[in-house]
Amino acid sequence: MSEYLIEAKNLVRRFGSRRERVTAVDGVSFGIREGEVVCLVGESGCGKTTTGKMVAGLLKPTEGQVSYAGEEIWGEGGKKGDGFKSYRLKVQIIHQDPYASLNPSHTVFKILSAPLLHHKLVNSRAEAMDRVVSLLGTVGLGPVEEFITKYPHQLSGGQRQRVSVARALTVNPKVIVADEAVSMVDVSIRVSLLNILTNLKREFGVTYLFITHDLAIAKFFAWEGRIAVMYIGSIVEFATTPQLISDPRHPYTKALLSAIPEADPELTRRKQRFELRSQDIPSLLDLPTGCLFHPRCPLFEKGLCDVKRPELTPIGGGRFVACHIAAREAGRS
Amino acid sequence: MAELTRSTQPKPLQWLADFGRSIGRFLRLMSRNKTGFLGFLMFVGFLLLALVGPLLIPEETSADITAIYETPSRAHILGTDSQGKDIWSQIVHGGRDIIQMALLTGALSTFVGITLGALSAVIGGRFDATLTTAADVWLTIPRFPLLAVLATLIKLDNLMTLALLLAFLSWAGLYRSIRAQVFSLKERDYVEAAVALDLGLGHIIFQEILPNMMSYIAISFTFGMTSAIYAQVGLVFLGLVPLSRNWGVMINLAWTQGAIFFKDSIYFIMAPVAAIALFQLSVVWMSRSLEEIFNPRLRTG
Amino acid sequence: MQTMNSTSQQNQTPPLSIRNLWVEYSVERGLVKAVRGINLDLRPEESLALIGESGCGKTTLALSLIRLLVKAATITQGTITYRRDGQELDILSLNSRELRRFRWRECAMVFQSALNAFNPVLRIRDQIYDTARAHGVTSREETHQRALELLEHVQLDPKRVINAYPHELSGGMRQRVLLAMSLLLDPQVLILDEPTTALDILTQRTIIDLLRRLKAELGFSMMFISHDLATAAELADRVATMYAGNIVELGSVADIFYHPTHPYTLGLIRAVPTVTGDFEELASIPGSPPDLIDPPSGCKFHPRCTYATERCRVEEPKLEPVLGIGHTVACFHHDLVEQDTESLAKNHSHTTRKNTL
Repeated sequence: MSEYLIEAKNLVRRFGSRRERVTAVDGVSFGIREGEVVCLVGESGCGKTTTGKMVAGLLKPTEGQVSYAGEEIWGEGGKKGDGFKSYRLKVQIIHQDPYASLNPSHTVFKILSAPLLHHKLVNSRAEAMDRVVSLLGTVGLGPVEEFITKYPHQLSGGQRQRVSVARALTVNPKVIVADEAVSMVDVSIRVSLLNILTNLKREFGVTYLFITHDLAIAKFFAWEGRIAVMYIGSIVEFATTPQLISDPRHPYTKALLSAIPEADPELTRRKQRFELRSQDIPSLLDLPTGCLFHPRCPLFEKGLCDVKRPELTPIGGGRFVACHIAAREAGRS
Repeated sequence: MAELTRSTQPKPLQWLADFGRSIGRFLRLMSRNKTGFLGFLMFVGFLLLALVGPLLIPEETSADITAIYETPSRAHILGTDSQGKDIWSQIVHGGRDIIQMALLTGALSTFVGITLGALSAVIGGRFDATLTTAADVWLTIPRFPLLAVLATLIKLDNLMTLALLLAFLSWAGLYRSIRAQVFSLKERDYVEAAVALDLGLGHIIFQEILPNMMSYIAISFTFGMTSAIYAQVGLVFLGLVPLSRNWGVMINLAWTQGAIFFKDSIYFIMAPVAAIALFQLSVVWMSRSLEEIFNPRLRTG
Repeated sequence: MQTMNSTSQQNQTPPLSIRNLWVEYSVERGLVKAVRGINLDLRPEESLALIGESGCGKTTLALSLIRLLVKAATITQGTITYRRDGQELDILSLNSRELRRFRWRECAMVFQSALNAFNPVLRIRDQIYDTARAHGVTSREETHQRALELLEHVQLDPKRVINAYPHELSGGMRQRVLLAMSLLLDPQVLILDEPTTALDILTQRTIIDLLRRLKAELGFSMMFISHDLATAAELADRVATMYAGNIVELGSVADIFYHPTHPYTLGLIRAVPTVTGDFEELASIPGSPPDLIDPPSGCKFHPRCTYATERCRVEEPKLEPVLGIGHTVACFHHDLVEQDTESLAKNHSHTTRKNTL
């Protein structure tokens, strides 16, 4: 019996034709325990969204497997496995763009009642109405009469995201993949949205895969969880949030943490920078040899980092890092 | 809660009030675009003319050689033809076939285009590849000459047969454009959410994708109508289709009778031409308003 | 093209002054009052941040400065004055020829959707020439030289980039080219709309450092609009927070961040997490931004404000000075906010923050 509710095993995803093949995700593995929050953090193009969609079963992995409750969801020949049916409704997604995540032709009531009626989770329209009212209450949208007949274009961005959350909740999921769910929402609304998600975790034990490029938001939302930092298709560091924030080991993580501008003038202007050797992000069609980060890495050791690709290695305390230097240093202490 | 009470206690004749409100909303949305509304009025006018007109205006069947090519007068609004028959009554009676057929063909070809296009885009794979290749090949065939040839082989005296034939010949264009639209809508986040919620292929096509293409579909329908009319009129004009009581027939007759050569007889040929042109115009203008009708952003809950 | 002379540093007259500016949009439902009586000076060589969320009117304000508003928008009141070398220009009364000379040469703007601002079929150098020519500079040689200089300034390989097509450059590189282009004709004022939004962390860092350096070297005044408090904390000398078309607080960056006196400013600061340091509780601001066609009575923020009283429902507060030089706030209860902020400052004393690296 796996300790993890949902697991990614060596996920690989390639795109493109035979001539121009791009590997967006190159061997990503991690597990999320029930009720846990795991954040996937990285810059654009690192493959975090692609990974998220594979975990959510919306994208088929080129190689690798996703397991839910111990059962693999993909079967032979890339078809949906036996585990897929029980998995499908248990893992839901919340999208980034509030202006694209709701069907513009449907009212809020229709959006929320459709899954209820389709899966016969309610016996009548009246029951569906009750459930919709309760869901809107859970996501803090009220008074209810004001919202059920509205169309998406009549709602603000924050309100639409709440409807998205409510929609995901209609089928009582155990895992929610939140793909940059608060990035396109106003700053003052972000926290309340994150609090709704946190409440769902506390009250209903919802498990999260939270994808974001914003380390500060990741720190806030996943403080009791773990963060995986991704760089060009692989995880380079994986640790609990307090560990990662206060004691990053991978040079890329260090660079990110030192580079983030912060909403505190003295702090941010005095922050010590972890300088990288180059600003250039390698093209996905022409990746570096050995460690993908080596051309930019100040800790680069010739003969090692440009030759051998570092594996995600455990360095004690439940932490993992994919760096020869960091692993060596951890081995010493 | 207002919504709940309305659904649990239906008032008598509530449906009539709702219907009236929908009509009101429909007219209001139509009138947002001036040209569109004008087109709509003209279209309705033509429908009334073609469907109700024949009940009011008697059909002239007997020739009157004393009244050949009379210019418009109070007795004959549009004058008379080469046989002394009233042109106006012929227009009134000649519209029904054309308009009925246009609607029928438009509906059929749109239906075929939607079904094949949507399924093709959503299912993908070999199904899609096969259909697309078939459509590509089909589009290279010149439609009208093929139509003319088929007309000599198949007996086209039936409206339905002609409509089916025309719809069958024009499926490829509509299929491709519907398919392209569905492809782009398929990638939307809300469709992905519907997939995650396991709402099923039927729901995704008919509830998620198609409702957001309605204005596109409606406009495709109007273009289906206009091209059907041209095809039909062309066939009739060439004498390949044995239909009577038809604007196309009037043009054919006028042409063969040499009506264009006489000053007085010009009405005989111009009346049906003008009728066809005006009907097409009304359809095209009306399509402008159809966009407003189907725009969800104009709906208020 | 002359570069800024150093005497302008001593010259205290602001290059840009906005007085009582009102801008309205006409939409189907009614009139959207997007900017409602703004008074603002952009000082010489200062970096001013306009912070606010969607719908506060900051973009409308910025577009008004170079008169790039859409047809549906009207500037109903107010003046915008531009000054240089003792001369004054009334921006709102310029004709189109004068506007073209004003834009890009005196005042340049870098837009948010910058990454798509390039014509994909033209090389960078052609777009630069076109821009220069459109604003009255016809010497290709001069433009070319200046362009190479500026590309160097923004840390790009000048020869390579100037001959490249836009798609050959990354998003961050294009942003830098746009910055270089905006400085081409040596404007005195640079306006940036959301300069760091939608950028990756490391690219954000590059742009921020770049802007800081460029401003120090070339000496222009910079006004940037953002919803990102962190960018303001990095770059701004002064910060103005905007809400519902008004400036609700204006002050030095230290005053705004460490002694905010408007409930909205305080709310914003409390809603933004920092990476350094321990876990902090955050608080969001309840409610949603107001409907600008039919805004609330009195103070526009009152429906969402925990300090609101009856007076706030009826009367709209004007900007009043508070402690701190040049620190003004539009709130009847700013003293209450100040008290709460004191405790905030005590708990998060920035002087004792540890740098983690």
